[in-house]
Amino acid sequence: MELLGLYHYWVFAVLLMIGFYAVVAKLNLIKKLIGLSLFQAAVFLLYITMGKVSGGTAPIVGGGTEVFSSPLPQVLILTAIVVGISTTALGLGLVVRIREEYGSIEEDEIQALDEP
Amino acid sequence: MTTLFGIFLLTLLLITAVAIVRSRNLFISVTLMAIASLLIAANFFLLDAADVALTEAAIGAGISTVLFLGALFLTSEQERSATSRRLLSFAVVAAAALIVIYATFDKPRFGDPQAPVQVHISPWYIEQTRELIEIPNVVTAVLASFRGYDTLGELIVVFTAGIGVLLLFSSGTPSADNRLLFSRLNLGLRRYLIPRVVGRLLVPFILLLGFYVQFHGEYGPGGGFQAGAIIAAAFILYALVEGERRALRVIPQRALLAMMAGGTILYGAVGVAGILLGGRFLDYSVLAADPVQGQQIGILLIEIAVGITVTGVLLSIFHAFAARGR
Repeated sequence: MELLGLYHYWVFAVLLMIGFYAVVAKLNLIKKLIGLSLFQAAVFLLYITMGKVSGGTAPIVGGGTEVFSSPLPQVLILTAIVVGISTTALGLGLVVRIREEYGSIEEDEIQALDEP
Repeated sequence: MTTLFGIFLLTLLLITAVAIVRSRNLFISVTLMAIASLLIAANFFLLDAADVALTEAAIGAGISTVLFLGALFLTSEQERSATSRRLLSFAVVAAAALIVIYATFDKPRFGDPQAPVQVHISPWYIEQTRELIEIPNVVTAVLASFRGYDTLGELIVVFTAGIGVLLLFSSGTPSADNRLLFSRLNLGLRRYLIPRVVGRLLVPFILLLGFYVQFHGEYGPGGGFQAGAIIAAAFILYALVEGERRALRVIPQRALLAMMAGGTILYGAVGVAGILLGGRFLDYSVLAADPVQGQQIGILLIEIAVGITVTGVLLSIFHAFAARGR
């Protein structure tokens, strides 16, 4: 039971690295962005996990309970999710433009095209 | 019981993540991403983060999937090249994962009430929200009032990303086969009975939920970021069902641009109004005779500003992708 208390953090570590693997090992640019999204999701999970307190509820006052999970990580992640989708969209826009100019979204093919 | 359910969801999430990376078909990867997002959102809910769960469900499972599918549409669905230096990458990643796991042994256990995050600053925010702002949702109070500077900064990042996407797509010419594909997309799903009926039924209710989430954000889970995402999702659904052109007739491109800029300006204007009325930047207490009421008015205005900008940016990005083939 003692170790079970760390399971959430282990999931964070593994998810983070699954995402990172896609970023470094995959050559497809969209796959890299998918990996980046997973990486990002893992960080979100870490923050929200840290804010949880056992026996607590969502930080909305007035439900009769007095134990609240920490609101601060929630605020940070709430805005981070919206910022995340905006930056992902920018990345996808870049990929679409690359495809239009090079006709490919595979990193090795693009690099081969760039060499004179 | 809840903990066990959480562990079950997290395990499913890991399995999904492995499948996402392993799949060679990007369409499958993107669809699985939507499932992963939903699992994450369910997990947020179990972890008492109702606001965040709402945002993740609307953005991760909804809008993000549509954008990725749009990008796949404009590029290709199949991943071609092999993985580069697979063994080396795997070794590096595995070693890093082990280091992070080793570091977690020093972390406070899950749900520990004595963890620094619980005892350091959180009680102060909860206490001060009751005293100074008097709205039930502490997350909204911290987001819009105590940390209003951060939120302004983040809104500007969202705005900038939206401008960036529009700028990227303003140059170059879309390829010919894209144009062909999109002439079909412009019809939307009108030809198909079930998507048409279900879509038309759902859009008004999603909009209603969006406005509820916007204006109820001080009392329950909700606020501008979530509402913006939900309202944008409603219009995107409308565009998918009725075709992109009809959706643009409801909110034209110019209106979207005005929303993007207008929301950000409104946010800044509320801040400046604080200075003009004798307070500091983003100090809402001076907006009304009663400081508490001033805070509440300020938060309401800020949330509206955020909602307008987020809706405008997300819809602009969607239309930028969708219009690429016209």
